[in-house]
Amino acid sequence: MPEITYREALKRALREEMQRDPTVVIWGEDVVAYAGGGAYGVTAGLAKEFPGRVRDTPIAEEAIIGIGIGAAMGGLRTVCEIMTVNFTLVAWDQIVNHAAKQSHMFNGQIKVPMVIRTPNGHGRTAATHSQNFDAWFASIPSLKVVAPATPYDAKGLLKTAIRDDDPVVFLEHLQLYSTRGEVPDEEYLIPIGEADYKRRGKDVTIVTWGRMTVESLKAARILAEEGIEVEIVDLRTLRPLDLSLALESVRKTNRMIVVEEGWRTGGLGAEIAASVQEVAFNYLDAPIARVAGLEVPMPYAKNLERATLPFAEDVVAAVRAMMQNQY
Amino acid sequence: MDRDTLISLYRQMLLIRVFEDRAAEMYAKAKIAGFLHLYNGQEAIAVGAVSALAPDDEIVVNYRDHGWALARGCTARAVMAELFGRATGTTGGRGGSMHLVDVKRHFWGGYAIVGGHLPLAVGLAVAAQYLKTGRVTLCSMGDGSTNIGTFHAALNWAKLWNVPIIFLVENNQYAMGTAYEVHSAVPMLTKAAGYDMYAEEVDGMDVLVVHEAVCRAAERARRGDGPVFLNAVTYRYRGHSMADPDVQRSKEEIAEWRRRDPITRFADEVLLKRELATPEELAAIRKSVEAEVEDAIEFADNSPEPPLESLYDYIYMQPVSHMQISGSLIRPPKLGGRVSPNGKHH
Repeated sequence: MPEITYREALKRALREEMQRDPTVVIWGEDVVAYAGGGAYGVTAGLAKEFPGRVRDTPIAEEAIIGIGIGAAMGGLRTVCEIMTVNFTLVAWDQIVNHAAKQSHMFNGQIKVPMVIRTPNGHGRTAATHSQNFDAWFASIPSLKVVAPATPYDAKGLLKTAIRDDDPVVFLEHLQLYSTRGEVPDEEYLIPIGEADYKRRGKDVTIVTWGRMTVESLKAARILAEEGIEVEIVDLRTLRPLDLSLALESVRKTNRMIVVEEGWRTGGLGAEIAASVQEVAFNYLDAPIARVAGLEVPMPYAKNLERATLPFAEDVVAAVRAMMQNQY
Repeated sequence: MDRDTLISLYRQMLLIRVFEDRAAEMYAKAKIAGFLHLYNGQEAIAVGAVSALAPDDEIVVNYRDHGWALARGCTARAVMAELFGRATGTTGGRGGSMHLVDVKRHFWGGYAIVGGHLPLAVGLAVAAQYLKTGRVTLCSMGDGSTNIGTFHAALNWAKLWNVPIIFLVENNQYAMGTAYEVHSAVPMLTKAAGYDMYAEEVDGMDVLVVHEAVCRAAERARRGDGPVFLNAVTYRYRGHSMADPDVQRSKEEIAEWRRRDPITRFADEVLLKRELATPEELAAIRKSVEAEVEDAIEFADNSPEPPLESLYDYIYMQPVSHMQISGSLIRPPKLGGRVSPNGKHH
């Protein structure tokens, strides 16, 4: 199977869906002219292929998302690109009070088939540009929240998200854009709300998503050399949360670590750990552990940034500790 | 405009007035809870504007929305039932007073976050432009919403993309309790001028003036001349909501505006003066309106509450194919749900 980047996988999904459905439109800051299309190149070239359907917008996130909602109400399928997840804060009212309220509050009279594409990530950009709000998005009823880790998942989930009749927050990741993976040429879709095993193993269950799936896979290779076989459950969708594989896995391994990039307090890891112990307490040989980002505004300095974020080595350390009954 | 249409405008304004007065009574009797923002004094705007639009033009308004819903043809029964929180209301009791809606009538709802609905309205207009439906979107708002970021973002975008939209400010001169000169640095039309937008100021207490202004605006927008901004100067007789003790406005000021009442004025200066109706005929209209609202109250009071089983309906328009255990999807025990040991939710 051919290998392509996560970035290219996203672009192919956009292209295929725009070819399939003339009501699909893309709006965002610098998605057309700047650097040939997109601050991170995802939409490069699409404006030329689809005249009038890919448009640069003012830097006004509340309008990009709000107008995206209105246009979706009015019969389009809008894909709104928000340059980084940090800037969604400007549009939080539109996401929470409008996108997520329309279908239920108006009793099914209004639907909002919209995708908000935005990357998590960091890269020496300091506190206001290096954040992760996965848990916030995932806590909002009526939103769908997706965070693919691989090019394969990114393509299949983005296509599904565009066809979905509900607002989907589609969390990409700056550090994943250039990663490569196998993606078939033929069309496929991945359902929203289904987790996936990214690695099978018998000793410890790791539940994770997004960039931390990739870090957990690196950790698994190191641990395998030590004779520890971890099983990795990639949630892929953060709302609605599919914990069926996590539960299936923990009944086998009897140990679980939740690995997330964001802050620990109120993180999605807390929700996952609480939900799993509610139904699988008797299967646990150890407390469910968490690996998470440190709770500081992200510093600029290289060493401090590195210390703040979780990486494979943190996952390795947590698994070793759990295997040595140190939790 | 023919006699029947003029009589109809009168009846609609009166229906709104009587409806709001009775709603206030029902609020006092605790039949209605939460926030109740009444439309008394502003009736000429909704009635004048709706009568100027095509039935499939899009309408998006703020939380002071009862008059708009009634003018757009929602029944008094459905609106009152919604205020009562009943299954027969416009959203089956989901949204309440501030979130009336009727999409079949292209009434896209009342929105309760000040300024939040402006981008939505621009989006509807962009969709109409893209799909070439020929529809115009009318977005009404209070003067208090003209300082928030979404106002400026929406006007800029609408002008930039030349979309068919009418921004209609129902300028009742107070942002909740804060007077215009305390909340705004410049006159209202200067704000539209900042985006080089065609704008008019109209007497919001005169239903025919509003009607004609919205007709002109809709024609402009429909023929592709872009957005229009209307500043309809008006006054609300009651406080911001039923919770407002209304101490900051003087009795004299309120009395002065009541002398320009849109309903009385229309009856005296148009219907009676032009001999289009007799005082007896107008009295008969009032009687029929009062009966309609009384019937709506009885209907609302006798309507069932929404069924508990409906609580999760439309959380998604497209449910996920397999609803596994999830913190977000486990039904609370009081709805008869539980989590079984195998983790499936029931």
